[in-house]
Amino acid sequence: MQLNDLLNHTSEWLKGSGPNSDIVISSRIRLARNLDKLIFPHWADSVQSQAALDTIKECVLKVDSLKHATFFKLSELDSVDKQFLVERHLMSLDHAQKSGDKAVVVDNEEVISVMINEEDHIRMQVMQSGFNLFEAWDIIKKIDDDLARELNFAFLPDWGYLTACPTNAGTGMRGSVMLHLPALVMSRAIDRVLAAIAKLSFTTRGLYGEGTQAMGNFFQISNQISLGPSEDEIIESINGLIRQIIEQENQARQALLSKNRPLLEDRINRSLGILKSARIITSQETIELLSMVRLGSDLDMIKGVNRRAINELFIITQPAHLQKIENKKISAEERDLKRAELIRDKLK
Amino acid sequence: MLCNLCGKNPATVHLTEILDEQMNELHLCEECARHKSAAMEQQFGLSDLLAGMAEFDKPETAKEKEGAVILKCQNCGLTYADFKKIGRLGCGECYNTFKKYLSPLLKRIHGSIQHTGKSPLKVTKVLKKKIDAQELRNRLQRAVESEAFEEAARLRDQIKELEKKEQI
Repeated sequence: MQLNDLLNHTSEWLKGSGPNSDIVISSRIRLARNLDKLIFPHWADSVQSQAALDTIKECVLKVDSLKHATFFKLSELDSVDKQFLVERHLMSLDHAQKSGDKAVVVDNEEVISVMINEEDHIRMQVMQSGFNLFEAWDIIKKIDDDLARELNFAFLPDWGYLTACPTNAGTGMRGSVMLHLPALVMSRAIDRVLAAIAKLSFTTRGLYGEGTQAMGNFFQISNQISLGPSEDEIIESINGLIRQIIEQENQARQALLSKNRPLLEDRINRSLGILKSARIITSQETIELLSMVRLGSDLDMIKGVNRRAINELFIITQPAHLQKIENKKISAEERDLKRAELIRDKLK
Repeated sequence: MLCNLCGKNPATVHLTEILDEQMNELHLCEECARHKSAAMEQQFGLSDLLAGMAEFDKPETAKEKEGAVILKCQNCGLTYADFKKIGRLGCGECYNTFKKYLSPLLKRIHGSIQHTGKSPLKVTKVLKKKIDAQELRNRLQRAVESEAFEEAARLRDQIKELEKKEQI
C-alpha cells in the first residue's frame, strides 16, 4: 500500500456507521508494550533504538494479524505525509514531531496501526466506527497475543506491563471514545458533564488527542486508570459512562428541538450557508460549521446533504489532506482559499 | 491579521490563555505558536506533575533520601533523580530497581498495585509453574502437620523434580 492510496479511502473513524453513530464517532483501544531489558525510546541512544526498531519490524511483518499492514519509517516520510497520518488518527502528534528511529505500521483498512518507538517501544491501536470498544478489544487482543509469541514484553506479575510512564503501567490500555456533543455545548451543560467525567478518573481530550483543545464539539473520553482493574472491567466502566453521556446529549437535543427549534434551525442552516458560499475559510471554522451541519443531518433538519460527504469533509479539509490533494506544499492562506473551493464543490 | 508576538507573519493559530482568571486571546503565526506551545509544555508538562508526585514520597530520613537520589538502574543507568526530573523510567528493570519508591506512586496514580488483566503467554506459563510449586509446598506443609509422611515424601519428590526443571 502507498500512503496516497489512503486518500481514496474513508477513515474508519469517519465511516459514520456502527452503534450510536449519531453521537459516537469512533471507539479506539490502545495498548502500550515494551521489550524486556531494552531501553525505552526516550532514554535509548541511536544504536539501541535502531535495534529495538529492527526487532519489532521483523516481528510485525511476520505475524498473521498484521499481514495486510504496511510499514513506514518516519525518517522516510516528509512533514506533510506525517501530518497526513496524524489527521487520519493513525499516529500521534508527538510521534510525528519527534525525530529518531521511529516507524508506523498501518493496515489497509486503517483499523489497525502500530507506532514503534513512540513513548513506549510499541503503541498499537485498533479503531472502530461508532460505539464499539469491545469489538476493538477483540481485534487488538489477537495482535497482542501474536506479538507476545515473537517478542518478550517487559512485565511483572504485580504491576503488569511496564511502560515508560507509570501512568500507563498495568494493562497498558487506554480505551477512548470520540463523541460529538453539540447540544450539550449549546445548552451550556457541557462544563458540568466534563467536571463529572474528571471526578470519575476519566480524561477528556480534543479531536487530536493529548494536548489538543476540543474543537467543533468533539470530545475524546478515555480511562485514566490502567493498573488494578482488568481490561474488560476498564471497558465496562468507560461504556457505562459513555451510555450516560449519550443519554444526556439526546435529552439536550430534544430540549433544544422542543424549546428552541427556530434558533437551532437558524444556526444549522446558517452554517450550511457559509460552507456553501465562503471563499476563504480556516480549518477551525470548517470543523465548527461542519459540526452544526452534522447535527442538522442527525436531526433530519436539512435535506439533500449527503451524510457521507459531511464526514468526508471533516478530514479532507485538514491542512495535510489539502496539500496531498493539491500534490504540493501550500501556505496557510492558500489553503484557506483551496479549502473553501473544495467545500463548495462537495456541497453542490 | 498579523501575529501578536512577532507582528510580522499572518496569524493562523488562535489560542485562548487563562492567566490569573483573565482570559486572553492570542493570535499567532505558525512559528510563534510552536515556540509558545513548547514553552507551555515545559510549564505544565506531565513530567512535572509526576515528578511532583514522586517528590511527595519523601523518604523519612535525609540519608534515605540521598539513597533514593543516587539509586541507579543497573540495566539502563537511569537514576531516581533522573526519573524525578523527566517523569519517565528508562527500562523495565527500573521498576525493580525503584520498586520501593514506585509502589506508593503507582498506588496513588491508579488506586491499586495489583495487576489483574492480561499477561503475555510465556509469562502466564512461568507464573503457573510457580503457583504449582507453591501449591505443592502448601500441601507438603499440611501433610507434615497431619503426620501423613508417605504423602509428604511423595510431595517432596515432586517439588524437587519441579525445581530441577526450573533450573534448566
